[in-house]
Amino acid sequence: MTGAQRGSAFKAWYKSGDPWIWMTGGAVAISLLLVIGLVGLIAVRGLAHFWPADVVQARYEVPGKAPMKVLGELLDSELASKSRLASAGLPVEGDKEFYDRYLFKVGNRDIYGSDFRYVIDDWLVDREYPEDITVFERLEWGNLYGWIESVSENGNVVASGEQVWDALLQRQQRANQLRADIEKIEKHDIGAINYALEKLRLKRRGLELRDGLNAQAEQQIAAEEAELQERYRGYEQQLIDLYGQITRDSVSVRVMTGETLTVELSKVVRVFRPNAMGVFGKLRHYGAKLWEFVADEPREANTEGGIFPAIFGTVLMVLLMSVFVTPFGVVAALYLREYAKQGFMTRTIRIAVNNLAGVPSIVYGVFGLGFFVYFLGGSIDALFFPEALPTPTFGTGGILWASLTLAILTLPVVIVATEEGLSRIPRSLREASLALGATKAETLWKVVLPMASPAMMTGLILAVARAAGEVAPLMLVGVVKLAPSLPLDGNMPFIHLDRKFMHLGFHIYDVGFQSPNVEAARPLVYATALLLVLVIIALNLFAVRVRNRLREKYRALEH
Amino acid sequence: MSNASDTADGTVFASPGLMKWRYTKDKLAAAGVTVGGIGVIFAVVLIFFYLLWVVLPIFKPASLEATTQFALPGDSGDRSLLYAIDEQGEVGLRVSGDGRLRFFSLSDGALRDEIDLDAPLIAASHVDEASRKFAVLTETQRVVLLEHQYRLNYPTDGSPRTITPRIEFPYGQEGLEAPAGDIMSVREDEDLLTLAVADEDHITLSQYEKSTSFFDESVSLEAIGDQTLILPRQIDALIMDPLQDWLYAFNYQNAEIYYYDIRKFDQPKLVETVSAAEVGDVITAVNMLSGGLSLVVATDDGKITQYFPLRNEQGTDYTLQRVRSFDAAEGTVVETLLTEQRRRGFMSLAANGTVGAYFATSERELTDMQLEVSGLQIGAISPRANVVLVEHANRGIQTLRLHNEHPEVSFKALWGKIWYESYPEPDYTWQSSAANSDFEPKFSLSPLAFGTIKAAFYAMLFAVPLALAGAVYTAYFMSSGLRQLVKPAIEVMEALPTVILGFLAGLWLAPFIETHLPGVFLMILFLPITMPLTGWLWTLTPDSVRHRVPEGWQPLLLILPIIVSTALALALSQPIEATFFDGSLPHWLDNEMGITYDQRNSLVVGLAMGFAVIPTIFSIAEDAVFSVPKQLTQGSLALGATPWQTLVRVVLPTASPGMFSALMIGFGRAVGETMIVLMATGNTPIMDFNIFEGFRTLSANIAVEMPESEVGSTHFRILFLAGLVLFLFTFVFNTLAEIIRQRLRNKYSNL
Repeated sequence: MTGAQRGSAFKAWYKSGDPWIWMTGGAVAISLLLVIGLVGLIAVRGLAHFWPADVVQARYEVPGKAPMKVLGELLDSELASKSRLASAGLPVEGDKEFYDRYLFKVGNRDIYGSDFRYVIDDWLVDREYPEDITVFERLEWGNLYGWIESVSENGNVVASGEQVWDALLQRQQRANQLRADIEKIEKHDIGAINYALEKLRLKRRGLELRDGLNAQAEQQIAAEEAELQERYRGYEQQLIDLYGQITRDSVSVRVMTGETLTVELSKVVRVFRPNAMGVFGKLRHYGAKLWEFVADEPREANTEGGIFPAIFGTVLMVLLMSVFVTPFGVVAALYLREYAKQGFMTRTIRIAVNNLAGVPSIVYGVFGLGFFVYFLGGSIDALFFPEALPTPTFGTGGILWASLTLAILTLPVVIVATEEGLSRIPRSLREASLALGATKAETLWKVVLPMASPAMMTGLILAVARAAGEVAPLMLVGVVKLAPSLPLDGNMPFIHLDRKFMHLGFHIYDVGFQSPNVEAARPLVYATALLLVLVIIALNLFAVRVRNRLREKYRALEH
Repeated sequence: MSNASDTADGTVFASPGLMKWRYTKDKLAAAGVTVGGIGVIFAVVLIFFYLLWVVLPIFKPASLEATTQFALPGDSGDRSLLYAIDEQGEVGLRVSGDGRLRFFSLSDGALRDEIDLDAPLIAASHVDEASRKFAVLTETQRVVLLEHQYRLNYPTDGSPRTITPRIEFPYGQEGLEAPAGDIMSVREDEDLLTLAVADEDHITLSQYEKSTSFFDESVSLEAIGDQTLILPRQIDALIMDPLQDWLYAFNYQNAEIYYYDIRKFDQPKLVETVSAAEVGDVITAVNMLSGGLSLVVATDDGKITQYFPLRNEQGTDYTLQRVRSFDAAEGTVVETLLTEQRRRGFMSLAANGTVGAYFATSERELTDMQLEVSGLQIGAISPRANVVLVEHANRGIQTLRLHNEHPEVSFKALWGKIWYESYPEPDYTWQSSAANSDFEPKFSLSPLAFGTIKAAFYAMLFAVPLALAGAVYTAYFMSSGLRQLVKPAIEVMEALPTVILGFLAGLWLAPFIETHLPGVFLMILFLPITMPLTGWLWTLTPDSVRHRVPEGWQPLLLILPIIVSTALALALSQPIEATFFDGSLPHWLDNEMGITYDQRNSLVVGLAMGFAVIPTIFSIAEDAVFSVPKQLTQGSLALGATPWQTLVRVVLPTASPGMFSALMIGFGRAVGETMIVLMATGNTPIMDFNIFEGFRTLSANIAVEMPESEVGSTHFRILFLAGLVLFLFTFVFNTLAEIIRQRLRNKYSNL
């Protein structure tokens, strides 16, 4: 092909409109890349967090300043321009236009004041990865990096030098066991007593309000209270005992500044030596951290530990919502499709229901707050819980109102999906059933509904997926950043619909944006986001599959 | 016959009893489903009506209602100098010229308590209404400060609570020595007390320092000094602001306001003389609105005008700015102006018995009422602004009930420019609350609506080209195998929780864009070139390679080039910044161009929210294009048109209403989205088109302010109004879109 031929071929190609087709194809490609990139970004960032990074020991030489020994984990790196660094007050005077800058986790927040700092790659010299660096995950003040000097029991050194690591691990296990015992007593046993005492207080107040507090009732309440107090003292004794045991051990740690710190093992969650771990060791650590993430309570203002209460709250809220939304959604769909006279009215209602799905979720939140919380909740409190006033029982946000609000929000999804399912059932089947003498109700119950049940399932799954990811309305009707107790526990009546709860989506918002220590919180937010995304994608793909199979099935029936 | 429907276990299906039962069940089911279905639909309608029910009270006009009339309590024929009402609006206080303070019940005028100050009084004025302090000037030339206090008792036997009034003297009964004169204004703060007394031709200012005794915490006053201000003319009224910065003197006859600056007590000076009316008109009443900034001045031409001090344009000095004026009721001369204690509301009392209520911020003349009595002289508004008492010429008191919960709202206050106190000019401002109670709430929804539209606009700018082009390709050119993969991917995209998009936008995208701003703009340049270029190169590849890839797989072929050109754009970003923009484009924009750059800005929101609306637009538009009847396209192709020509000339015109409705639904979604804008902008309610600045949307505003809003307050109801506006807006938009789609569907079915 000569140049001229090529030119005319290009012209012809251009005139055919093919470039535009490629442009439109590019739009699809960009959209796909955006989705994949987004999920990939969350996955990489979220999953990387649990991997135990090597701890580097190095000298940090800022030109014109005394060199400084540093110890910590190198995290993200980015290219920073000279002027940006200069405006941050760094002495960047070379010819280099760009510097690699690392986010460096130095830990030891109690000593340095903050966990993180930025370091310039070039100035971090003499990097070493000594195997005996130990990382302490603590209950407070974040990670501690340092070298173990000795392990002490009641202030007396019991191990130093070589055996110190084994002694530490063993004692750490003991401390963890004790902490679990303490937590069980504090949360479970004493929690139950406190709950019972509060109930008694309300009972007394309720009797007072109704003028029913006679001597006999008073005596009975006082007796019950005394018994609870007695049990409480028993637990208190146990606790004192356990606290005495748990504070036994401590460890001396030499940190980078040369100081030696004494750390009580009762304040340490986990110790490990990342530089000494093999791949399997790291994998095991990874697994343990992942398990902690999904099964434990949050620590340190939600920036460490797990997100179990948020998972639990989300699941329970969604379950409650399903209980509300399914029957109502199905009944409404049945009415619209099977009973209502088809015409202008049903068409209007159908459009309206469809459009409700497009109404901003925050509007439902406003409605939920006004109608459920203040109006219904306030009335319920005045009628049934006057003894607790002015503390609201149902007159404040709670899991019941949150799930009702979301039920209204997702109602259109269920109605639309169920209707679609009903409309796909071939006429011939209904007619056959009616011809055999079944009543309309029987036809519906025995023939139509079973066949439409996968469609209802689809609707419910989509509703659940939407509800699980919705945050804006929940912020108004009962989600909190840290709930003191789960809405489901061992105290009568076991499920506490008035309680506030935690939610995965709100957790992301709160930890990511309201947290004082954003750098520390960020990896955990990514992990939480990943979990939420996975759950929602799984639910959606499942719903899509169910729907597709259903379509195939009826297509076969129709012919 | 019966055997045919019997079963082995002997059940008879056609037995009359069973048939009856079955029909009953059928009827019951029909009734149950109908009731349930209609109930659910009703519940959905309830949302709208509930929102409306909460919002409506703010549009309810204010009303006045005369309650009781009684003779002046303990009337001794003396002039009334001052009235006050307690918090509950049940007990009134009358201070009269004979030196007596009388508490009386507002329901029947019964005297509750009487305190004699043992000296006839010349004048009395409020010092601080919030702490119930007032001052009286005696004929013996002393100024005494007093407090009217009320103790509430809730008897245990269930009888109604009682209110016991009393008078306290915070600085002793003795009082301060007063300069000669008969017009007085007293103000105090935590450290200082300033007293201004006007005589015929001068004002004497005295300042006192407060000192607290260590023993009994009692406060005593120590004189600092006196200053004299010469008056241009004799004055009729004197008002000092609560901060003791300004002093206003009024000459009624010449309608002049003398505006003094007393911030430097050693050098008080006359700032200016303001003429309050046309020549010939006179001032009839003056007062100061709560907050201590604005004056209201009534003149006999039937106007009530609001003024406040404002820094002049050079910022060197102040002038008394005339802000707005209100019309008093037709043909009345306002004798007295009463002001509310907690809001910027005031009332006018006219000689002919007309009472009018006004609200300054919303520029509203709320209501007026002609009483049966006339010669209204003096009165008081209760702290909660629901009870009003006025004294009339027949030596009696008329009480009124004022229903006026939401005077702050008017169409102009919500949507128009309002001149707020201390603002240099009228402005659109949303600022619903502040730390101190002297704050003037600013409820303009305009900046919020503007922010909403701005967010949606930038989101659509990003989403529309991608979504429509993608939809056209997917529906018309894409191979069906690939389509089966792409559609679920887009559905996943639609299902992604917006909180995750917002979080990524705020914590990842915003910093990323800030450091790669030139790269982002390069991408916009590179990507559209890359795609056709790849296409052209593809035509040049050998047929053997080309024929192995089926038709309609262009997106997959494009993935790699797109990644490469994006990477190239980002890699070039920092060298470009270093070479042309001193290392940082945001800084350069700020320093050289004067364009503010916020890290969380409209560009970030546009990208994130664009991502959220792409799938919405995509699926509806794809549906519209895909359902264009095949015979149309095949006819066009058979006549020799290229696929692209067929698309542009045949498919798009047919599908355009559907695509338009896709855009509308996408826009509706962008308007209501909350979490993304909440997390990806700074949420500052400003009105500016700059893509590098943030905004606050209606939805984010609800999310931010609703939890702290007091139930039933104007703020609460305005937030509900914002919710209602969002509801109606999206509902109407979606309905229109749906109607367009349905018509389109009917058209296709005819083809």
